[in-house]
Amino acid sequence: MADMLKRVPVREQDAKERATNFEEVCYGYNQEEAMEEASRCLNCKNAKCIQGCPVSINIPGFIAKIKDGDIEGAYHVISESSALPAICGRVCPQESQCECKCIRGIKGEPVSIGKLERFVADYALEHDIKPQKAEKTNGHKVAVIGSGPSGLTCAGDLAKLGYEVTVFEALHELGGVLVYGIPEFRLPKEKVVKKEIEKVKELGVKFETNVVIGKSTTIDQLMEEEDFEAVFIGSGAGLPMFMGIPGETANGVFSANEYLTRSNLMKAFDDSYDTPIAAGKKVAVVGGGNVAMDAARTALRLGAEVHIVYRRSEAELPARVEEVHHAKEEGVIFDLLRNPKEILVDENGWVKGMKVIKMELGEPDASGRRRPVEIPGSEYEIEVDTVIMSLGTSPNPLIASTTKGLETNRRKCIVAEEENGQTSKACVFAGGDAVTGAATVILAMGAGKAGAKGIHELLSAK
Amino acid sequence: MYKILKAEKLADMIYLMDVEAPRVARHCMPGQFVIVKMDEKGERIPLTICDYDREAGTITIVFQTVGASTHKMATLKAGDSFRDFTGPLGCPSELVEEDLDTLKKKKILFVGGGVGAAPVYPQVKWMHEHGIDVDVIIGSKTKDMLLLEEEMKAVAGNYYPCTDDGTYGHAGMVTSMIEELHAQGNRYDVCVAIGPMIMMKFVCLLTKKLEIPTIVSMNPIMVDGTGMCGACRLHVGDEIKFACVDGPEFDGHLVNFDEAMKRQQMYKTQEGRAMLKLQEGDTHHGGCGHCGGDN
Repeated sequence: MADMLKRVPVREQDAKERATNFEEVCYGYNQEEAMEEASRCLNCKNAKCIQGCPVSINIPGFIAKIKDGDIEGAYHVISESSALPAICGRVCPQESQCECKCIRGIKGEPVSIGKLERFVADYALEHDIKPQKAEKTNGHKVAVIGSGPSGLTCAGDLAKLGYEVTVFEALHELGGVLVYGIPEFRLPKEKVVKKEIEKVKELGVKFETNVVIGKSTTIDQLMEEEDFEAVFIGSGAGLPMFMGIPGETANGVFSANEYLTRSNLMKAFDDSYDTPIAAGKKVAVVGGGNVAMDAARTALRLGAEVHIVYRRSEAELPARVEEVHHAKEEGVIFDLLRNPKEILVDENGWVKGMKVIKMELGEPDASGRRRPVEIPGSEYEIEVDTVIMSLGTSPNPLIASTTKGLETNRRKCIVAEEENGQTSKACVFAGGDAVTGAATVILAMGAGKAGAKGIHELLSAK
Repeated sequence: MYKILKAEKLADMIYLMDVEAPRVARHCMPGQFVIVKMDEKGERIPLTICDYDREAGTITIVFQTVGASTHKMATLKAGDSFRDFTGPLGCPSELVEEDLDTLKKKKILFVGGGVGAAPVYPQVKWMHEHGIDVDVIIGSKTKDMLLLEEEMKAVAGNYYPCTDDGTYGHAGMVTSMIEELHAQGNRYDVCVAIGPMIMMKFVCLLTKKLEIPTIVSMNPIMVDGTGMCGACRLHVGDEIKFACVDGPEFDGHLVNFDEAMKRQQMYKTQEGRAMLKLQEGDTHHGGCGHCGGDN
């Protein structure tokens, strides 16, 4: 009998090996492992894990099906609540959502809910199990802006209810942050993202790429000229922030967005694609979030020595523990309690180094984390040829500035009701990073669900 | 897919195409640009809009071959398609957004250099359609490289072609033509200069001296073109701006051209390698305004 306090370990690609390729890091469970892990679920009556899930998946329900070996049944339980389980099983921060509520976690390790979800979803992709489609359309037209997690979820939910949904995407590929932001080694594009989007297509959702709402057409025009009765804005938070220090426009300084977009969306890591990437020999990634880890691990795979430069200590790193762990295993070096002061530039305009200052932690600030304070006189220079700024993103003002009556807050986020996505403009709903600022895939999916509910309430009452 | 209806070689290394893109054609304004992508593995290439036909739903693009991608693009023929064609991106020209009566009182000078004649054309045409006669200087290295002459003549008030080698029109750079017009007593309220960065830089140095407010159109390295990557950032005065969403037009007297030109060099070696891979023997000439070449 296995130790019920411990999780069934998940197989991973060897750290040294994977630091040189873009293949997926985590292999996931096989059926035997999944059934063994599922047997650890206590099937709590008042399941706390469900409360921890932003889209309220019936977690004990699907795990019970795995226990019985009914993987297809488990998939149908999950797809009642989630349109993108193969994605969530990989990128959700389960440790701070469902898994941290698990009763198993009090004495031992919580049930590995994320890995089980991934197993079920991958099984469904492999066996081509389709979600339930609406029997007929109800004739109502809805436009969804953005094909990222919130847009896909909103579109999928509405299509299941019979709506005629068209998703407009600004870029040439579908998936939003799932394709331009999250790297291949964490979320395979062909094997997972494309296939999950195929399932949304099979529900009857139409997609139009290369349409930049606010430029190619506007929300008002979609409603007036193209007869869309409601619009959901899921345009994400795409504008990168910079520090405002000297040298930031030098050659070799990138936003994490640019670096990741070149590698992920444009596939610059693959020589058969035309887009170039300045891989760098010694790279500093400034920031400590998940995006910083993604950029660091990408640079590493492109052959660089990589340093994370973060102004607080390890305990405050906003990235998921698993991501930090993986980055360290692969050889990313953490320069903690350090903050850049200046990027040093050579006579041809290229980065040649970075001046950093040592920091210490002071009193807690508004976020509850201890505020980093500069240690006077502790500046020193490090030699780098590439600097990647990963300081967060803010929403693109393009839609708000071209839509009459759409209210935004001081952070340029669209104002919307949490429970149904309603904005200040009639028949216009919004959710995801465009509303909250940069957050997680699953929170965006939760907002997409709420938006679909809001739109259904509005249009079904017509 | 976006079908190419017409493909024409205008001059050495310079090509014109009419492309079917109804959404772009319906909404674009002078000053805006598009991003095209040839095929699945291609780059996203920003190109200025040279002309548009709202009814036919077509956009005319003009481009110069510089790197491997534009060379490949030049092989496309009528009937072929672009996989992706996005736009219109960026802000419309400041002038076309201005109050028409105020605009009519202004004396405006347009300066286009090399392939920069293409983005100048829709602005001059727009002015013409709104009853405004403007002066237009178009410069090129030599007569054979002079673009869109007949089209430009038809819409410009006064048209001043210049060639560096003196084979046609005014002999010399566009800056010497500006000086000559100024010396003749022409006093301009605003100048719009579009062309290689080095040309825009020298036009701006001159117009600053002559106290003519000058608008330039920047065409830096870009990836998405929607504000997402920040690759196109440049200093305008003390501020950092993104050419794709804040521009592409800026106050030329505030743009830091030296920095912008350095940034254009960023992928030059890589572009060169890709070129050599594609077409052995030929070397990279530059001058696209895309790579920092010195056209």
